[in-house]
Amino acid sequence: MFDLLGTTLASRLLLGTAQYPSPAILADAVKASGTSIVTVSLRREMAGGRAGEKFWSLMRSLGTRVLPNTAGCHSVKEAVTTANMAREVFGTSWIKLEVIGKHDTLQPDVFCLVDAARILSEDGFSVFPYTTDDLVVAERLLEAGCKVLMPWCAPIGSALGPVNIPALRSMRAHFPGVPLIVDAGLGRPSHAATVMELGFDAVLLNTAVAKAADPVGMARAFGKTVEAGREAFCSGMLEPREVAMPSTPTIGRAAFS
Amino acid sequence: MKLMVNGEAREIAAATLAELLAALDYEGDWLATAVNSDLVHKANRAEFRLSDGDRIEILSPMQGG
Repeated sequence: MFDLLGTTLASRLLLGTAQYPSPAILADAVKASGTSIVTVSLRREMAGGRAGEKFWSLMRSLGTRVLPNTAGCHSVKEAVTTANMAREVFGTSWIKLEVIGKHDTLQPDVFCLVDAARILSEDGFSVFPYTTDDLVVAERLLEAGCKVLMPWCAPIGSALGPVNIPALRSMRAHFPGVPLIVDAGLGRPSHAATVMELGFDAVLLNTAVAKAADPVGMARAFGKTVEAGREAFCSGMLEPREVAMPSTPTIGRAAFS
Repeated sequence: MKLMVNGEAREIAAATLAELLAALDYEGDWLATAVNSDLVHKANRAEFRLSDGDRIEILSPMQGG
């Protein structure tokens, strides 16, 4: 069990809902992953359209919590307005705050991120900021009112996995009491296991599952490795050593010569 | 009245935001509305008066990462 901002969750995997081959596969992947939280978004609705209604009713049928995002926002104003609209539609004050600074790398504009996080936190939101692994930015976000941080481990959708493990380790060490969720860049279950073994509290991923040949199987695989990584972290792993050490006791060994 | 609705220029006779939604066949609890980049709560749409040149965004739930 995982306590996140006073909410007890069964899973430490947060799953995105975009890019699946079909709504049915999305629903099956969500179930197979065991996730307790799915991310959702807001987009322009066509006049007379009911696409939003269909999607929203599917999400509600899955029984998970939703974490709306501000994906695609490039300014403080856009992100704040989108967050307010999301709160009204989805009925939650949780918001995954994205303020994108670069079109190509999709890296966050951390200066605008901190400003938007402050405005939203003061307005009663629980802000989940999509940020980098920069420690100073992380401190500013906490000062702005964030109670959780979501550093990337590689660019969104890149599937590179953790490209800077020392930075992630350092972040974990600097903020021992803050829930840290690795968001973006995970490509395969072993990547998720790696960051969970570092002591991160959870992971958020989307593309790695949605674009897999079998999204449902991949969702299940990620669910298992996230759990395994957490259990490994809690169980105390050995530090690597460069010399061999026999695992079978040598005392009482027979001598034949 | 000239309005920008979801980025599209429209000529529509609607005094309020609620009238605009009805005229364009938008209905449902799952919609969120903003006028000129500020949220207009569902409860305030009926009394929210539109002006020429207003930019209206009508959003609904979508898949997201």
